[in-house]
Amino acid sequence: MSDIAQYREFWPGTQPNYLHAPYVSSVRRSPTKPLVRAPHTLSEVTGPSWGVKDIVPGAYDLTKQHGGSPIGPRIVVSGRVTDENGRPQTHTLVEIWQANAAGRYLHRNDQGSAPLDPNFTGEGHTLTDEHGDYRFVTIRPGEYPWGNHHNAWRPAHIHFSLFGPAFATRLVTQMYFPGDPLLAYDPIFNCTADEDARNRLISQFDWATTLPGESLGYRFDIVLRGRDPTPMENAHKD
Amino acid sequence: MDVRASTWQTVGPFFSIGMKPRYVTDIAGPNAAGQRVVIAGRVFDGDQAAIPDAVLEIWQANAYGKYAHAEDTQAKRLDPGFLGHGRIPTDNDGCFEFTTIKPGSVSAPDGRPQAPHLLVGVMMRGLLRRLTTRIYFPDETLNERDEILQLVEPARRKTLLLTADADHAGHFRWDIHMQGEAETVFFDF
Repeated sequence: MSDIAQYREFWPGTQPNYLHAPYVSSVRRSPTKPLVRAPHTLSEVTGPSWGVKDIVPGAYDLTKQHGGSPIGPRIVVSGRVTDENGRPQTHTLVEIWQANAAGRYLHRNDQGSAPLDPNFTGEGHTLTDEHGDYRFVTIRPGEYPWGNHHNAWRPAHIHFSLFGPAFATRLVTQMYFPGDPLLAYDPIFNCTADEDARNRLISQFDWATTLPGESLGYRFDIVLRGRDPTPMENAHKD
Repeated sequence: MDVRASTWQTVGPFFSIGMKPRYVTDIAGPNAAGQRVVIAGRVFDGDQAAIPDAVLEIWQANAYGKYAHAEDTQAKRLDPGFLGHGRIPTDNDGCFEFTTIKPGSVSAPDGRPQAPHLLVGVMMRGLLRRLTTRIYFPDETLNERDEILQLVEPARRKTLLLTADADHAGHFRWDIHMQGEAETVFFDF
């Protein structure tokens, strides 16, 4: 009936439910009625495209946006963006934001007691290259307290935002760090049923991108929704 | 292939740090063809309290019903400079406003015309993954035959329709209710 190649549904259990009561803010902000299942039309399989004109040169390096160096351990965060068919997602926008090394965001609504860092904004963006690879230079963000429950602390994390080729491929997620003892207690990290899916949000320490005397490397690969084969592609399969 | 799409996480309360450099509230740009419209509204939670930390992303076709995207092979005109992507945060009172042009009709997969519509992605603190919906225009005869709108039970379709501002031509109102009697219809695309 439809000749628009559909993006696949998310694999069961790999995505959060909208209502996850341990994350208190979700209780009054999640829909109570079932979502209306709908096929993808041309509207959903298209989306904004991005180019060099959208990028501030050097915006991949969050340690060089001010006169001095930010406080904190320097890290390189890099990885590859593919779709579920393993195809590299080239020249797509990747945006990140994060707290400083003390666990404080440069935001009027972050009234935490940790200090701001005059040399750190916490915003970065870049395009993936022809292999789907991206790379950021930043500092390791600090853990920070929040008001979700008594003595609640967010594990260290970096927010990631990606578009991919279509409205349907949009992804916003958070990258965590290996071995963080707070992960087990974080209602946001734990909002997803599938343990493997959760664990793919944890970056891996990476010697290959660790620079001697300079910075530790962490690898974080990202997978966007892939499509079912089009009828044409299907016909060529044996 | 055993590669599964990455897991969504909430944008949290501080998304403006990363998203603000690419906020777009004039979606069409100054030179776009078409009927200019202003769409304003408010986002409410289940207590009918305004949500000051939400962000909307819009995707729409140009006035001829064509998307600025390689996959749109419709024989329709592109509009130079028209992108069709918007990103609009709510303010302290949960209000948002953007300007654009009314999109033309885009073909449905079966070749019939869809009613003019805008796609909306909704993200906020407390929302663990994006919600998606569509905005339709009132008094549009194609609404009655729009494949997607017809999937919605009739009593709830009005949550997707703009309300014309009787005092200002071209101005429309559209509120988002996360819960409650007027809960907005969201699609599982």
